[in-house]
Parts: sequence; C-alpha cells; structure tokens
Amino acid sequence: MIAETGLIALWLAATLALMQLALAALAVHRGDDTLAAAVRPVAIVQGALALLAMAALIRVFLTSDMSVALVVANSHSAKPWLYKFAGAWGNHEGSMLLWVTILGLAGAAVAALERRLAERTLTATLGAQAAIALGFYAFLLFASNPFARLFDPPADGQGLNPLLQDPGLAFHPPTLYAGYVGLSVAFSFAVGAMITRDVGPVFARAMRPWVLGAWIFLTLGITAGSYWAYYELGWGGWWFWDPVENASLMPWLAATALLHCVSVLATRDGLRAWTVMLAVVAFSMSMLGTFLVRSGILTSVHAFAVDPSRGTFILILLALYIGGALALFATRIGSVRAGTTFDPVSREGALVANNLLLSVILGVVLIGTFYPIVAASFGTQLSVGPPFFEKAAGPIALVLFAIMAAGPLLRWRRDDARALLKRMALPIAATALAAVSLIALAGPMTILALLGLALAAGLAVASVAPLFGRNLLRTPLFVYGMVVAHLGIAVSLAGMTASNAFTRETLVAATIGEPARVGPWRVVLRGIRPVIGDNWTALEGRLEVQRGEAPALLLKPQSRFFANPPTTTNESAILTAPDGQLYTVLGQSDARGRWQLRLWWKPWVTLIWFGGALIAFGGLLSIAGHALRDRRQKRRAIEAERAAAYREAWGA
Amino acid sequence: MSRWLLWLPLALFAIVAVFAARELRHPNDRTVYSAMNGEPVPNFALPPIVSGKPGLAIADLKTGQPRLLNVFASWCMPCIVEAPQLMKLKAQGIPIDAIAVRDTGPELAAFLARNGDPYARIGDDRDSRVQLALGSAGVPETFVIDGRGVVVKQHVGVISDDDVAALAKAWRDAR
Repeated sequence: MIAETGLIALWLAATLALMQLALAALAVHRGDDTLAAAVRPVAIVQGALALLAMAALIRVFLTSDMSVALVVANSHSAKPWLYKFAGAWGNHEGSMLLWVTILGLAGAAVAALERRLAERTLTATLGAQAAIALGFYAFLLFASNPFARLFDPPADGQGLNPLLQDPGLAFHPPTLYAGYVGLSVAFSFAVGAMITRDVGPVFARAMRPWVLGAWIFLTLGITAGSYWAYYELGWGGWWFWDPVENASLMPWLAATALLHCVSVLATRDGLRAWTVMLAVVAFSMSMLGTFLVRSGILTSVHAFAVDPSRGTFILILLALYIGGALALFATRIGSVRAGTTFDPVSREGALVANNLLLSVILGVVLIGTFYPIVAASFGTQLSVGPPFFEKAAGPIALVLFAIMAAGPLLRWRRDDARALLKRMALPIAATALAAVSLIALAGPMTILALLGLALAAGLAVASVAPLFGRNLLRTPLFVYGMVVAHLGIAVSLAGMTASNAFTRETLVAATIGEPARVGPWRVVLRGIRPVIGDNWTALEGRLEVQRGEAPALLLKPQSRFFANPPTTTNESAILTAPDGQLYTVLGQSDARGRWQLRLWWKPWVTLIWFGGALIAFGGLLSIAGHALRDRRQKRRAIEAERAAAYREAWGA
Repeated sequence: MSRWLLWLPLALFAIVAVFAARELRHPNDRTVYSAMNGEPVPNFALPPIVSGKPGLAIADLKTGQPRLLNVFASWCMPCIVEAPQLMKLKAQGIPIDAIAVRDTGPELAAFLARNGDPYARIGDDRDSRVQLALGSAGVPETFVIDGRGVVVKQHVGVISDDDVAALAKAWRDAR
C-alpha cells in the first residue's frame, strides 16, 4: 500500500499545484486579497504532499519491495542500507521526484516565511512556482511514474550501478538539486516581479537569500561531484568538461553573476533589467542541465537512462517556461524604470564587468556543450573536449580573476583610478613576487600556469585587503563572507593550476617487490590478495609507499567485481600529504604475472576542493550576515517606534 | 536599449530549442557521408605520439592491404563509448590505424591503458591539419581505406554495435 499512498500523494500535490496556479492568477488579475490569502496555505500543503510521496518512495526502497518496478530495476536486497536509501534517487524517476519534492518544499518555505515582498508580487511568485511544479508533476505522472507496480514480481532486483555505490554520491544529487531548485525560486521571484512591475531593492533583498542558498548548494555539489569523479572514476582527473559536469557548471556561473547583480540591486538600486534577465538565465541553465542529463541527447561518461520521449517532454517544459519568461521579459522590462546610474570606474562598474565576463564564459561552455547537437542536425557527430574549453575559457577566466581582485577595493558609484591603483599596490606586488619566485625556483612551466599561480597569490592578498584598516569586530559578517569566498577562489585557482602544471604520472607493469617511482615517491607492490565486501569481491593490491627517509605507508587500491549487475570498478587508493596527493590505481594483470599500476603524484591538488569548501562557507557567512543585519534593523525600527510613542504619550 | 534587442534572448533560445528538438526526433540518424568516397587519401606524414608505437604516414596506407583509419582523441567522450567496438574489429583481424587529434602523449597513453589499444600505428595530428585534409570535421570518425590508399567508406560518429558488421564487410569487400 505504501507505493499507492505515494502515488495518491503525488496526484493530490499536482491537483493542489493546479489550484495554486489558478488562485494566484485570479487573485493577481482581479486584485482580490481574499483569494490571495488562500494561496499561501495551498502552497504549504502542496509541499507537504510532495514530501509524503518522496518518503513513500524511500520506504519502498528501504524495504526492498520487489513489486515496484523501479526498485527491481535499481536495487537489490543484498545492498547496504545506505545505498538502498540513496537508491531512491539514484535513478531517473526517483531523481525527478526528488526534484519536485525540493521544489514543493521551497515553494512552501516561500509561502510560510516571506514577509518582505509586496503581497501581490508574492502571490504572483507563488503562482509562477506552482506553474513550474505542475509541469514536473505532469512529467512524473504521465512519463515517469516512480510507483509503477509489477504484476509478476521477481525474487530480487538488478542492483544499483556500482559506480553510484559510494557515500559521496548518495548525497551528491540532493545537494545539486537543492541548488537547481533554489534558482527556480529566484526565477519565480523574477517572473512575479515582472508581472506586477515591482522590480526594485525590496524584491532583490527578498530574492537574495534564495540565490545565495542555491549558489552555496551548487558550489558544494560541484566541488563534491568533482572530488567524486576524481577518486571514483579512477582517471586521476578532477574535471572532464563532460556534458553532465557542464550541466552543473552553467547554472553556477549564471548564479554567481546573479548573486553579484542582486547585491547591486538590493543596496544601490541599479542593474534592474540585468538582475531579472540573470534570474531567468540561471534557472534556464538548470532546466537545460536537467534536459541534457535526462534526454540522453549527448554522450556522457556518466551513464544515465536514455529516452527521447522523456527528452521531448522536458524540452516542451523548457520551451514553455524559458520561452514564456523571456517573452515576458521582452514585453515588460521596457516598463521597468532604469535604476540609479554609476561611473565606469566604481564597484558597480567592476560588477558589471564581472557579470559580462561570467556571461562570456557561460556562453563558451554553452556553445561547447550544445555545438555537438547543432552539428548533429547537419549530419556530423562530434565531441567538443577540454582543448576547446580550456583555450577558450582560460584566458577570459584570468581577466575575470584580475577584475575580481579589484572589485571589492572600489567604492560604490564613483571612484578614482589612481586611488584604486594605490589600494591595489599590495596585491600587484604579491603577484609580481609570486611570478618572480616561480620562475626562479619552480623550473619551466607554461605561461598560463605561471599566470594562474601568480594571479592566485595576488587574488589571495586582494581578497583579504578589504579587511585592512577596519575594526575587525565591527565588520559586518557579510563582508567576511565576501572575503572568505574570494579567498576560496584564489585557493582553488592555485590548486587547479599547480596540479595541472606539476602532476607526475607513471604507468608500470609491476612484479611483486619491484620498486617504481613517481615524483618524490617510491612505490613497491608487496602483494595482491582477494577481499570480500557487502555485495562485491575484489583483488586488492598492497602498495608500500615511501617518500625520502620517512617511514613507509601502505596503500590498498582495489579492482572490484560486482555481481548485480556484473561490473568491474577501480577503487583508487589515495594518500593525502600536506602538499598533495599520491593517487594509485590497480589495473589488469598480464600473462607473466605482472600487475598494471597507474601512479600519480598531484602536488597541491587538494586545494581545489578546499577552496570550493571555502567558497561555500563564504556564502554561508554572507547569508547569516544579511539575516543578522535585517533583524537588527527591524529591532531598531521597533525601538524607534516605541520611543516615539513614549515621547508622544508623555509629551517629552 | 532598443526594443528588438529585448527579443534577442528569446530568439536565441528558440534556435537552440529547434535544434534540440530535431536531434530528439532523429536520435539515430546515421547518415553516411561520402565526400571522401573514391578519393585517394591526401599526402601526409605524422610523427608518433605514444612511445613504442610508430607514427602514421601516407605510405603506411598503401601496403596493398585494406585498413581502417580511426580519427580520435583521448578527450573525446564518444571515443570511450566506441572503444569496445574497435576492439571487436581488431579481434576479427582487421588492422586499424589512428590519427590522434589535438592530444598529448601521457593523456593518450592513459586513454589506451583504460579503454584498450586496437591500433597498429598512431599519428600525432596536433593541430588537426591532417584531420581537416581528410574531410573530417569531428571525432570520432572512421575510414575504410583500400590497399591503394583510396577511401571506400567513411563512417561519421561513434561506431555502435550495429555498425561493426557493416565496417567489417566494407573492409572485406575492399580486399
């Protein structure tokens, strides 16, 4: 009965979404407050019902209910419970249900918590949110029912793709989806504000926490996804420009631009049209990502269900929402008053430049990702790879980093270029110093690597520069947020460039006891032995690794065999040192009893993900900072009101 | 901002959507392109790229024995998908040469270690010059070349399981 409960909850949630849309449309059209008041509770119940459906799906997975088709196709009773749990969203239907659940919950949260926005704009926003949800409910109910039963249930299921059997991946999709869905809220805010012609600082302040939250989740999702691909795929790389990876990078780029725009609109009432446009683009990118991943239209190393009919459904949704929002933009934005103006040399100016550069990078990634589709229309099948993305996006990114360093040191509205140069003296000196010492000490490297590392040093100094000469205790938390996030970018940049420039790789056919070398490490294969896990068996290599005179350590890379479905995976063994990682993979054995070993020494590679975590933490500080300031301002307003009432009452 | 500019985002999106829709409607549109069919392979000589494996020159294709020529790269995702099919063709005794496009030795070596190595020779086409001369726009692409260095078949895109038999037949017919 659990599966039926879930299905019923899903139908009810869809019905409520339809009601929410109709109520909101009527309320906004007629300007009827009674109708508008009904929209909030409907949105909250809709979210609760979606959650109930998701809970039902998790329950059938946990109990391995083999009469549900989805469980049979994606689970197995012998699986560890964590993967049964994660198996609920480790497949097409389940992940779409998770999508709509987070969407419903986000809508409920807006309905329950949002107090700043004008009532009419909020109603329009909730209407837009319901419209998005409705499309996805329809998609689930008509094209991908997760609760479909099998009338002749088999004894056991087929298992989850072994590549997905990893704790990191169990929580990767929910993180990423929270990011995508946060952007859907920003999109609904933008649509709502366009409908009621209410684009202004109040709208931006209401939207900001959602954009920030979505951006934090996307940052975490991309960082974790990159680390997962790095250690699980066993290729030793951390970014492949794979369509599925790009699908998460594109919304992040748009959200980063949006984030900075929203700040300008919230504090300076500028960049109104840009902000609305970016909100639409950011959500479009997450929908486009969903489309890319779910339609099987592009070949990806990440294996997903391929189904053109589902792809068509998502494409129609895409056309309705994005096309609709862009048409609304074209007809309405003309009537949105331009905001305040500013000089080119100003904080706003730097933010506009940053936005343009981010948009260009987004365009590069978009073109690279979609070019194969367009080419296919002309009968050519091809693949666009890292050489294109790195050559096209790399130089633009370096310019972006330079502007990023200057931005926070600029004043709002108008600044003096010479004064800026003075404030930039220290970061520029750091860049030059880093460049000189790299040339002197580190040996030959490419120009791009040298520039990247030197810029990372300058950017790190420039990031903390806004704190110089400030009372650190009275500095608002969101300033710290910006400092930490920018510092995180510098740290990640250093990690990316250093690991790319200095990585050493060795591929050996090793006999037992014979030493191999990679970078500063000496590696000896001491033996191979069989290991048995929960639902796999493996051959495990025992690698003695030693650096200089330090005591030897043991690494155990595995080659794992899963029975359901029959698959082999490589479990790399990674040793993390303070200055990098030793990455080892056990390959095949040959006829002469030699074992293939792939060894990498990747200096400073961990900085990439440490930087990612810093960036997300900066976002968190920012959210907390804005919330604290809002609360303090509200309290001050109440106190002032009380004082005025007191003065009036006592005639003081 | 002028009025028509505001419609530009919608227009761009519409174009992308139309292409995506077309691609969805013909997911398996495998047209065989014959631009090079019956044409001799242009003159070229490429240096080796991975150690222990010779490079590729025009003379290697005129040995009297028909061969497959695979244009690929280690950064190309579809090439990973295609790798098992190439191994099958090799297992049937069909000699396969390759042109590696915009690649580096270490990355290519890792790719071959990962996905198998069906190639007799691999030429290093660092700036796609030979690829373009062959009339190939992207990777992967596979040519069947007869013993005199004339292209008898050009296969654009991934070699799927269904294509293996057709390519093997084209190779046998060229003998």
